[in-house]
Amino acid sequence: MDLSMILMKLAEGMLVSIEIFVLTLLFSLPLGLLVAFGRMSKCLLLSLPIKLYISIMRGTPLMLQLMVVYYGPYYLLGISLPRGYRFIAVIVGFVINYAAYFSEIYRGGIESISLGQYEAAKVLGYSRTQTFFRIILPQVIKRILPSVTNETITLVKDTSLAQVISVSEMFIAAKALASKEQSVVPFFAAGVFYYIFNYLVAFVMEWLENKLAYYR
Amino acid sequence: MKLLELKNMKKGFGSLEVIRDISLEIYQGEVVAVIGPSGSGKSTLLRCLTFLDTMDSGELTYMGRKAVTTDRSGRAVYAPPETLREIKGYFGLVFQNFNLFPHFSVIRNIIDAPVVVQKKSREEALTEGRGLLSKMGLADKENAYPYQLSGGQQQRVSIARALALNPKILFFDEPTSALDPELTGEILKVIRDLAAEKMTMVVVTHEMTFAKDVADRVIFMSDGVIVEEGTPDQVLGNPKHERTKAFLSRLES
Ligand SMILES: Nc1ncnc2c1ncn2[C@@H]1O[C@H](COP(=O)(O)OP(=O)(O)OP(=O)(O)O)[C@@H](O)[C@H]1O
Ligand SMILES: [Mg+2]
Repeated sequence: MDLSMILMKLAEGMLVSIEIFVLTLLFSLPLGLLVAFGRMSKCLLLSLPIKLYISIMRGTPLMLQLMVVYYGPYYLLGISLPRGYRFIAVIVGFVINYAAYFSEIYRGGIESISLGQYEAAKVLGYSRTQTFFRIILPQVIKRILPSVTNETITLVKDTSLAQVISVSEMFIAAKALASKEQSVVPFFAAGVFYYIFNYLVAFVMEWLENKLAYYR
Repeated sequence: MKLLELKNMKKGFGSLEVIRDISLEIYQGEVVAVIGPSGSGKSTLLRCLTFLDTMDSGELTYMGRKAVTTDRSGRAVYAPPETLREIKGYFGLVFQNFNLFPHFSVIRNIIDAPVVVQKKSREEALTEGRGLLSKMGLADKENAYPYQLSGGQQQRVSIARALALNPKILFFDEPTSALDPELTGEILKVIRDLAAEKMTMVVVTHEMTFAKDVADRVIFMSDGVIVEEGTPDQVLGNPKHERTKAFLSRLES
């Protein structure tokens, strides 16, 4: 079996991995911001549960979380879910996990902005929403970009965890093919795939960082 | 015309009484210098006048419009948010450390609030902003970013930013304290020029020569009260109170 055949067979898995990656970022980046707001809220009824949620997400393996999201509804509540739920469970699991990580990154960024920025905006008459979106958030994004890059690169590699609930992403496809063909080439191809994927991610993030380098 | 009237203001932080009882009036075209030892409550006073802090009790009126009144139990009651938002348009504040928006160019720092807050057209805001910049001697810095400017230039931009909203009163909290000594002159000159145009200004300062030369009235604060106020000649040249004398003699030595 030649390389192009292997790549063809792996292509479907690659697409699934890319889908998991894109959907996770798409939902967890905004959700993380909301979580960060909740975490910073003065209302303990909101901030304490969110603190607990974040610590669970960060303190337990993502693999376990995926299994809970997938098997939980049936084993805990007796609800049986349609077949398509497998993929939804992966996305939900990834999103709530990454939102927790991103929320802490946002929080660090938001708290690093000096009080003077808020005060200047307030005296100039900006509303709270205007202050956040015009003055604070752009500066936060610049500051957190390196940490977000790290998380994003981890996410690329984490997509392979979807295999624990048998979502046929890249890694499952490579494993199946390797045992069928009795060859390590599929694993090698998989490695190259993740590497190139991350290379592109790093490239895009660096471009973004450069775009925001016009001020200090 | 009376622009600002403050009556019996009190403000504390926890058990610490910072402003004990201050009453104050500011008239159109006046330049008032506020001096006093560190910790006497000068910044707290300005922060309460500009709604960055809330006073515990007292009455505050801008241009005849009540911003703060006191209820029967002696607690400060603030006007509804819409009223406060309008009243905010009457004053501007220049900070000790500028607080420019680092991600905005110089001109954007100046025109963003007029466009976003006051809903001015971009063209009008730009024309006015450029006018202010050249008045500040920074016409060539329009597209620079704050980090590319000296402290003195940044402070001038922040003054232009405050002026762009056409305030009736401009407050300054030690506008030269964060600057290298050789840069204080350019800020004091700007304030002097504004005074010549009859801009109403309240300046907290440690620069006694500035208070002497530019201020119409000097207020000496200590321990949360106004100990003495009057013309620069009276307060600085011929102080009546022991505390004022002690403060001024400590500065000279
Ligand atoms: N947010 C705050 N919380 C607690 N205490 C405060 C706060 N802000 C100011 N204080 C205290 O209030 C007192 C007056 O402070 P303020 O900053 O008004 O003094 P100041 O006259 O401006 O002094 P300086 O000349 O050093 O700027 C000080 O004892 C200060 O520690
Ligand atoms: Mg002060």
